Amino acid sequence: MTGEFIAFFVLSLLTIGGAVFMISFTRVVHMVISLGITFISIAGLYVLLGAEFVGVAQVLVYSGAISILMLFGIMLTKHDASDEGTGNTWKNWLSLIFVAALFGLMFWGIQSSVWPAPPETAASDVSNVKQIGLDVFKRYVIPFELISVLLLVALVGAIIMAKKEGNKE
Amino acid sequence: MSVSITSYLLVALILFCVGLYGALTKRNAVVVLISIELMLNAVNINLVAFSKYGLYPAVTGHIFSLFTMTVAAAEVAVALAILIALYRNKETVNVDEMDSMKR
Repeated sequence: MTGEFIAFFVLSLLTIGGAVFMISFTRVVHMVISLGITFISIAGLYVLLGAEFVGVAQVLVYSGAISILMLFGIMLTKHDASDEGTGNTWKNWLSLIFVAALFGLMFWGIQSSVWPAPPETAASDVSNVKQIGLDVFKRYVIPFELISVLLLVALVGAIIMAKKEGNKE
Repeated sequence: MSVSITSYLLVALILFCVGLYGALTKRNAVVVLISIELMLNAVNINLVAFSKYGLYPAVTGHIFSLFTMTVAAAEVAVALAILIALYRNKETVNVDEMDSMKR
């Protein structure tokens, strides 16, 4: 029972609990709050895995930007929205059976396969962030530039689509 | 006792299944988007876990999860813009009432 195990237990419990509460809440605003708990716990899992940069990016992008964006989306549509679920229950049951079958299959696959022994983590003197920077700007520089183009296209497209139509001057 | 890779994979699997169930059953389109975000996060956990406990530990998994985060942010921005435009025109955000191509 090491500290790493306790931290992993608490963080994974918060992650899964936030997700399950997100599904079972009925008001959409409460769903976004529990989604924020899930995102922050996932950032803690990243830090536990030794990925500090990804954890900080998770806090910035997901629990910062995307949660606020979801709140904006709710407020701009129906801000007292409540999701009462689908009316037809057979569709819910069919989805539940499908998801449970997928879970069982993947669980069996994870448990029955042999994973490589965890490598002894050599304490490298190069820090994680520096190594990520070197790799991004040397080996993955073309995907990096493509991502910037994608972000620009998404920005322009979102503005054009959300713009009010009809009042051309 | 140390945490093995199986524990991380199980957490990601449960998260993915919860997200899939939400995306299949919820009516509000914003909630469907949130569920898709949960599934993307589960995939990110897998990438980072394999980049530590995999056969060849490297930072490639971290870089791919950063790319996934960027694509997810762009997706959410465009999807919410579509939702707002749809709400302005049809006064609904329920996915089962967006059936104008079926009629």
